This record gives sequence, structure tokens and C-alpha cells, in this order.
Amino acid sequence: MNQLEIKNLNVSVAGNEILKDFELTLPKGEVHAIMGPNGTGKSTLAKALAGHPDYEITSGEILLDGESILEMEPDERARAGLFMAFQYPSEIPGVSIANFIRAALQARLAEGEEMEATAFYRRLYEKMDMLKIDRKFTSRSVNEGFSGGEKKRNEILQMAMLEPKFAVLDETDSGLDIDALKVVSEGVNALRGEGLGILVITHYQRLLNYIVPDKVHVMWDGRIVQSGDKDLALKLEEKGYDWVKTELAPA
Amino acid sequence: MDTTAIDIEKDSGNFLYPEKHRYDAGLGLTEKTLDYISNVKEEPDWIRDFRKNGLRVFQDKPLPTHWATEDLKAINFDAIRYYLAGDRKASRTWDEVPDDVKQTFERLGIPENERKFLAGVEAQFDSEAAYSNIKDTVAKQGVIFVGSTEGLKEHPEIFRKWFGKVIPTNDNKFSALNSACFSGGSFIYVPPGVKVSHPLQAYFRINAQNFGQFERTLIIADEGSEVTYMEGCTAPKFDTATLHSAVVELVALKGAKIQYITVQNWSSNVFNLVTKRAIAHEEAEVKWIDCNIGSRLTMKYPGVILKGRKARGEVLSIALANDGQHQDTGAKMVHAADETTSNIIAKSISVGKGRSTYRGLVNIPKHLKGCKNNTECDALLINTNSRTDTYPAISVRGDGNSVQHEASVSKVSAEQIFYMQQRGMTEGQAMSLSVNGFVNDLTRYFPMEYSVELKRLIDLEMEGSVG
Repeated sequence: MNQLEIKNLNVSVAGNEILKDFELTLPKGEVHAIMGPNGTGKSTLAKALAGHPDYEITSGEILLDGESILEMEPDERARAGLFMAFQYPSEIPGVSIANFIRAALQARLAEGEEMEATAFYRRLYEKMDMLKIDRKFTSRSVNEGFSGGEKKRNEILQMAMLEPKFAVLDETDSGLDIDALKVVSEGVNALRGEGLGILVITHYQRLLNYIVPDKVHVMWDGRIVQSGDKDLALKLEEKGYDWVKTELAPA
Repeated sequence: MDTTAIDIEKDSGNFLYPEKHRYDAGLGLTEKTLDYISNVKEEPDWIRDFRKNGLRVFQDKPLPTHWATEDLKAINFDAIRYYLAGDRKASRTWDEVPDDVKQTFERLGIPENERKFLAGVEAQFDSEAAYSNIKDTVAKQGVIFVGSTEGLKEHPEIFRKWFGKVIPTNDNKFSALNSACFSGGSFIYVPPGVKVSHPLQAYFRINAQNFGQFERTLIIADEGSEVTYMEGCTAPKFDTATLHSAVVELVALKGAKIQYITVQNWSSNVFNLVTKRAIAHEEAEVKWIDCNIGSRLTMKYPGVILKGRKARGEVLSIALANDGQHQDTGAKMVHAADETTSNIIAKSISVGKGRSTYRGLVNIPKHLKGCKNNTECDALLINTNSRTDTYPAISVRGDGNSVQHEASVSKVSAEQIFYMQQRGMTEGQAMSLSVNGFVNDLTRYFPMEYSVELKRLIDLEMEGSVG
């Protein structure tokens, strides 16, 4: 029950089948990594889980703690405990980070219930310190004029504040220099724990030096073709994605 | 003052309860209607003549459909009641306010600050002030804050000097209509050097079917004085169209400052055709803050005539047009003296089939020196059916004058909405947050309680717009 289960999932985008009978089980408390070359369906998986309207689920099932989320709107999935750190987070002009996160938390409260402002800021500052984010940041508009590293740290900050049950990190390492990568990874590691399952989607092994996964899955042409422990990532790094193509891809 | 009884559940102003009217001028507008109004109000002859002249101009002028929307033709002027008044005299203390009026206050969802300053509120129910109480401190400063009828009666020497001088009867068809049948509205006079300590507030509300409201507000800030006036409107929903046509005249004498703030939320069958204009004398400052939400059609272009050297005029406006609504708003800045400056920031939001139009007029003639205008119009479109038009008419002549004009159109993208939904916000909450972000750089110049109120109105409006 305490897991995210993806069963026989088939997903098309604009009529093209991208995910093919995709299977994965992510228990809470574990970190799984999904690796694979570009165009193999990694980001499609993230978007389909989050419920993006362009991604059509033609068959299969997604169960969050045993409950199907397929009929849920993206915001209902989010409130059910699913978080996605975007590869390309949107800019929301004029909305400060503090107000944005507040609105997201407020959306989880019952109607008429108000958040306590001082407690909110105390928690926000605590998480910002953890992610080495300057406090001046709170008044900046969401993602507007942010560097790549700032955008990703902002995503992890939101994850820390929203306390999801399952988090999907979609190419969180892209566009990060090594220092930013360390900070983001430390943030993710600090959030690891029994109550949270994390799915790290990445093209490069590099990130997994910092966020050490319990399991690594290799993806090819819309499905997982091999699973293993963290050493699988190293092997993949060493042999390159051609190895996947020649050795692992089904004929 | 009793502030504890107000516990509000606000339902978009969608409410209505029985009306009692002692005075009713009947349907349609004729000289008899005007006589009826003048008789009830015991008005002097010059006002009777003023009204009748207004009626003649109104009847002579065609609807401005050569530049404005054809939708104006949908107004049936013969089916409107031009004057109604209840059996209520202007009240001075909260205890004297009739219970059903209090009930209306409650249902209007009067925000915190209004409750706090309720003692200084001049609110209008139908066409008579039902509640009017000048806060002691304001009265002690020598400030006159009364209904326009009372102003005319008790302060004729000031009233007559300025009344109809900023906006002449023949300015447009609707200012003429207002001149014919005006009733209600506020009259304010601030003596020289007085800085009014509290914002003066008024609540207007329509609560009778087929009943048009024609407020007439006149504010005079004498030399070196300062005053802020706040006007809020909400209307219950009706089956037939309702006409609201106000005239607001402001006079800022040498070195005076007037800030006039409006947050309006009309139901979507209201025609809101308003003429607002100010004259700013030497070194005077006039700022219009104008937020228009709702209505079937709003036409409103607050203006400042910069008459004296170094006078300054500003219009900050926000218009939100939802499905079936048309916000035709803008600003006018007429520079008539050297070194005058004006600033216009207009933001419009169009949702669904809502339509926003910006019309601006900036005029700096050749003989003036050192004048400046800055105009910014930003439009936000939420979904593809939305429409926005901009008609900036800027005429700047002469070498020593400068003008700056910027316009932008942006959209709330599906990706932005998805991003916010992924954080747990509903589609309506996401749109509302985008809209609030869009107007944020403007609303931070608003008094705190008004930006809070505006945010709440935007939330209600956006939640209602999600199918």
C-alpha cells in the first residue's frame, strides 16, 4: 500500500505511443533512479504521472498508496501527495515565491481555514537555509530571471515545503554546475526518509554520485529494460547508451 | 459602534430582498420626472433649470456608437426608474441605522477597515444616503462630508461655485443624463491646509429592479489640503439590465492632493457609464485608482485637467472582463500648463469571451514647456476567446515636452496553469494567482485593505470562470 505502482502503462502524445506497458513500483522510503537516452520516454513518464492534459493514458493503472489517480485532475494528484520537480519550471510573473508556496499550502487547507503566517515563514526560512537560498529570494517572482541553479533549488524548496508522499525529479541536474548540483542533492538527501518515495529521472550518472539511489532502472523505447542497484548506473556510464541499444533493447 | 455583529459569508453579491420606497418617480424620463425629483428634494430654481437643461442635452445627443460599442443600444431608457428613495433619513450614528440597512452592510461583506471606519462612512442605499456619519476628528478639522443633496442645501456658496464646472452637462450623453436626474453621491470640502486623517469612504449599491443610479460627487480640496476618498460598489443580480451613470468632479486647488479610489464589482447585467474628471491647479496632485470588475459594459475614462504649473495627474487602473462582459476603460490627461506631469498605468484582464478596451487621451499642446507623460497599458489574456483593443490617442507637441508609451499583451499559458496545478492549486486558484501576479506591481501602491479586497474579488471572479 505504501507505494506508487505503475502497471502496464501506455501513454501517447499527439497520437504517438511513447510509454509501452511501463511497469514500476516505488515504495516509500526508497530512491529510485530512471536513466536512459533522450527520447526514450523519461519525461513522458513524469508528465503522465502528474496528469498533464497533453499526455493521454490509453491503458494501464497508476496507484498511489493503493488508490487509482487516473481520474484525478493534476491538482488533485498533487494534493494526494504527488510532487514533480519540473525540468523547465514555468515563470509566474508578479507572484513572489513566498506567496506562491503559501497559495499551494493554502489549497490543501479546508475552506475558511487560514494558515498562520509566522509559522509559515519560520518553516520557509528553515528550508531556505537548508538549500542555501538567500532570504531576499522570497520576494522575487517565481522563476522570473532565475539562473538554472536557482530554478532547481526553488523546485526542491517547494518539495520541502509541500511534503509530498512521492516526488518525481525530472532531469533536476540539467543546467546545474557542480556547486548547484551539490546543494540540490544535499537538499534532496535531507528530505529522504520513510515517508517519501523519490523517483530521480536523469540522463547522466553524475547526479547519482550525490543522490545515491536504492535502485536504478534503465529505460529504452518506452519501457524499463534493466533494473539493478547503484552499480548499474556506473556500468551504464562506462559502457554508454549504445550498450543499452545493442545489449538490452528487445529485438 | 457595534463591530461584532458583522460575520460575513460573501456570495458574489448575489442577493436581493424586499424594497420599500416612499418616493418613486415612475418609469421613464420627462420634465415631470425632474419636477418630481426637485419637489421631493425641495431644490432651488437654479438646480431645476440645471436638470432641465441636462434633459435637453441628453435628448439631443446621439448614443456615441460611432466610436463606442453598439451594445449601448440595448439600454431602454423608457423602462428605467430615474428616482427612488426609501423612508430613510441620513443617519448619524450606527445605532440609528435601520436593521435592514445593517443587514445589507453585512451581506456586502464590508472589509475590516470599513468596519473600523464605519463611523465615517457615507453609504448610499438606492438614491438617498441611508447612513452618513462624519467621524468626529474629520469634522473637527472643518471638513464637510455630506450627501450631495445636503451639500447643496447647507453649503450652497461652495457647492454652486464648483458644481458642473469640471464636467459640463454637454460633455457627453451620460453626463447630461446624470445632470438631469442626479441624486445621491457625496459632497466634500476640505479647508486650506487640512490633511484629512482618515480616508473618507462611501458604499454604493443598487437594490431595486430597473433602477438606475445617478450619483453626483463633488470634492473640493482647498489650497494645500489632502484627502483620500474611497468608493466601493457591489450590486445584486437582476433579470433585467440596470443602468448606473455617475458623475464625479474633483477640484484640487493650489498644492492640494486628492486620491480617489474605486473598487467596483457590478453584476453582469449592469451598464456602468461613468464620467470622472479632476482639475488640478498649480502644484496640485490628483490620483485616480480605479478597479473595475464585472458589469455588462463599463465605460469610464478618469481624467485630469492639469491647469496649473507643476500640476500632476495619475491614473492607475485595473479592469477585469469575464465572459459576456466588456470593460471599455482608460484615462485622459489634458496638459494645460508648463511643467505638468501625468502618469497612466492601465492593466486589463480578459477571461473567456470577456473583452477589454483601453482608450487613452493625452494632450500636450505646442506652447507648453517641460511637460511629461508616461503611459503603460498591459493586457493579460486568459484563453483564446479573449479580446483586447488599445486606442491610445497621444498628442504631444512642442520641443520641451516628453512622452513615453509602452504596451504589452501577455497570456496565461496552459503550461503555467499546469505548473500551478501540480503544486495543488485548482485551475481557478491558479488563474486567480496569475491575475493577482499580473496586477501586483500596481496594487502595491494601493492602500492595503483595498488590495486585499481586490484580491478577494479577483478570486471570486476567477473561481466562477472555470467551467
